[in-house]
Amino acid sequence: MAILVTPETKVLVQGITGSFGARHAQLSLGYGTHVVAGVTPGKGGQLFENKVPIFDTVAEAVKATGATASAVFVPPPFAGDAILEGIDAGLDLVVAITEGIPVADMVKVKRAMQGKRTRLIGPNCPGIVTPGDGKDSQGGCRIGIAPGYIHKRGNIGVVSRSGTLTYEAVWQLTQRDIGQSTCVGIGGDPVNGTSHLDVIKMFNDDPDTHGIIMIGEIGGTAEEEAAEWIKASCRKPVAAFIAGATAPPGRRMGHAGAIVSGGKGTAAAKIEALTAAGVAIAATPSVMAETLLKRM
Amino acid sequence: MNLHEFQAKQLLAQYGVAVPSGEVCHTADQAKAVADKLFTAGEKAVVVKSQIHAGGRGKGTFKSGFQGGVKLCKSADEVFEKARAMLGNVLVTKQTGPEGRLVSKLLVAAAPPIKKEFYLAVLLDRATSRPIVMASTEGGVDIEEVAAKMPEKILKESIDPAVGFMPYQGRKIAAALGLNGDLAGQCAKLVAGVYKTFWECDASLLEINPLCIIELNGKEAMSAVDAKMSVDDNALYRHKDIQEMRDLGEEAPLEIEASKFNLNYIKLDGNIACLVNGAGLAMATMDIIQHYGGKPANFLDVGGGASKEQVTAAFKIILSDPNVKGILVNIFGGIMDCNVIAAGIVEAVRETGLKLPLVVRLEGNNVQAGKQTLGASGLKLITGDSMADAAERVVKAVAR
Repeated sequence: MAILVTPETKVLVQGITGSFGARHAQLSLGYGTHVVAGVTPGKGGQLFENKVPIFDTVAEAVKATGATASAVFVPPPFAGDAILEGIDAGLDLVVAITEGIPVADMVKVKRAMQGKRTRLIGPNCPGIVTPGDGKDSQGGCRIGIAPGYIHKRGNIGVVSRSGTLTYEAVWQLTQRDIGQSTCVGIGGDPVNGTSHLDVIKMFNDDPDTHGIIMIGEIGGTAEEEAAEWIKASCRKPVAAFIAGATAPPGRRMGHAGAIVSGGKGTAAAKIEALTAAGVAIAATPSVMAETLLKRM
Repeated sequence: MNLHEFQAKQLLAQYGVAVPSGEVCHTADQAKAVADKLFTAGEKAVVVKSQIHAGGRGKGTFKSGFQGGVKLCKSADEVFEKARAMLGNVLVTKQTGPEGRLVSKLLVAAAPPIKKEFYLAVLLDRATSRPIVMASTEGGVDIEEVAAKMPEKILKESIDPAVGFMPYQGRKIAAALGLNGDLAGQCAKLVAGVYKTFWECDASLLEINPLCIIELNGKEAMSAVDAKMSVDDNALYRHKDIQEMRDLGEEAPLEIEASKFNLNYIKLDGNIACLVNGAGLAMATMDIIQHYGGKPANFLDVGGGASKEQVTAAFKIILSDPNVKGILVNIFGGIMDCNVIAAGIVEAVRETGLKLPLVVRLEGNNVQAGKQTLGASGLKLITGDSMADAAERVVKAVAR
């Protein structure tokens, strides 16, 4: 089952002719993901890697190929527009990889998305992987920039605001021969499409997910909101790691959203809320998998 | 990016927000000349305000012993004296830390009598993904304290980005502040201007504390007496005028150097430096150093595709911090080749002539080749098997 995407999902890549988009479209193709179209305005009619058709608009790509999900690799000034184009084309899922989109652009995008059927993941995220059954988990659906080979098909859901910490958690699981149902990077920006809570609800409803690793960090109150719901409604074991306990207040720690401001958004407050919700807290990032497995 | 008070007020004035008239000055003579102009125009008092990127200026102390970074003056000569005492001296406030900040410019402005103080701010509400206007009758004080003790005293007005700030919201805020008649109209207009400044300048925070009722030509009027503003770094590309307001004198020299190489570096006060790929992992590496009893000297994210040049620059930057007694390199090379990183580390260590203990934890793509490169280099470095193992080793090596 998995959530959001399956190995059958048809994916298009917005910004497929840029160096970053091209590289990761190639890696996704190599992983066995159905990358069925690319979109670059002005380059419609060309082929990517001699096989993937490129279109000028998302709507044309959807009509011609039946793609239902998109990866956005468009530079920051144009990314908000690209996301809205995907929503307008009626995609099920838009995954925005782009880092550095102005916050005001995302505020407008989120407002414009209200009442629309499309789900947005990101921006500023590694994307989403539902591992496949093949060697090094090939044959799965990889949308974004995560390394495919670290995954293994299985029953743990991973949701995280950080790319490299997602890879750490996934690798810790795979090395213990424990696989993942789906791994979702929700991104490090203050305004994003999908929250920890949204993903945890999906994992809770997914029969193939038996346990959840949630990776949060300082800034905002998304982890606290997830904690409240987990306490009341989550039927599956959850382990969490929160990064940034040692971060100085008022400083942005790399991610635009990772900032303790006005005493709000501290790691301590998040850990307290999660502990009160019965979530197992990983004391260090080295023991994320171990902490969940002990709880299971 | 943070702005100075005088820069924020320039922007506010451009959007029609009433601010006390004044000018930025770099010398005491300049300050006197501006004060002369203001007194000649009929002002009864003039204020001299240190321009640094930190709050608590009024209650701060200069390292020279001079008290107060904000001074009210009754004559141009007094302005000259105060300006001379402040300029070129280091001001320590509760927000600067003990090292303080060098005051190299002053805002010299009209200081009309203040009848009442309010609080006003516009910021992003992350929970709703919308801007929010906050107003309170409790002005001129620490708003975090008000929020903790009397949350009912803070009005929060959410703004729909599809329609923007509406006039009724200005009237609602004026009413909540207890204003009526002409002042209420002035307040509504001022709040609309503050919101417009926030939105059109891509601000992440715009705070007016205090927003005041002042006495102007024998009548009461609304005025933004202080202003604090920071702008979204991601949006600076579309604001050339605001980009030019960047004050490198307010930033740590090592952080400026790092930004030249697209490295994300933040200096901290510990002694174990770290070099990591990815912001989340970089924060987590600081945390795990502390977990094993050490203190991180910095946050440093070399990014997803770090080049050899970047790794070398990163080593030079962390070694410029005299507190550093050991280094932890923590790389999860998902897609980037660990062997390339290893070669970068070897070269950086040779080039910088590193003598401090160095612990390297490599994981991911082509990791065996990377470890071989490190092993064959003949360098005295310690390899960690896991993140925990590496953190423990670097803490031990530094304690020795």
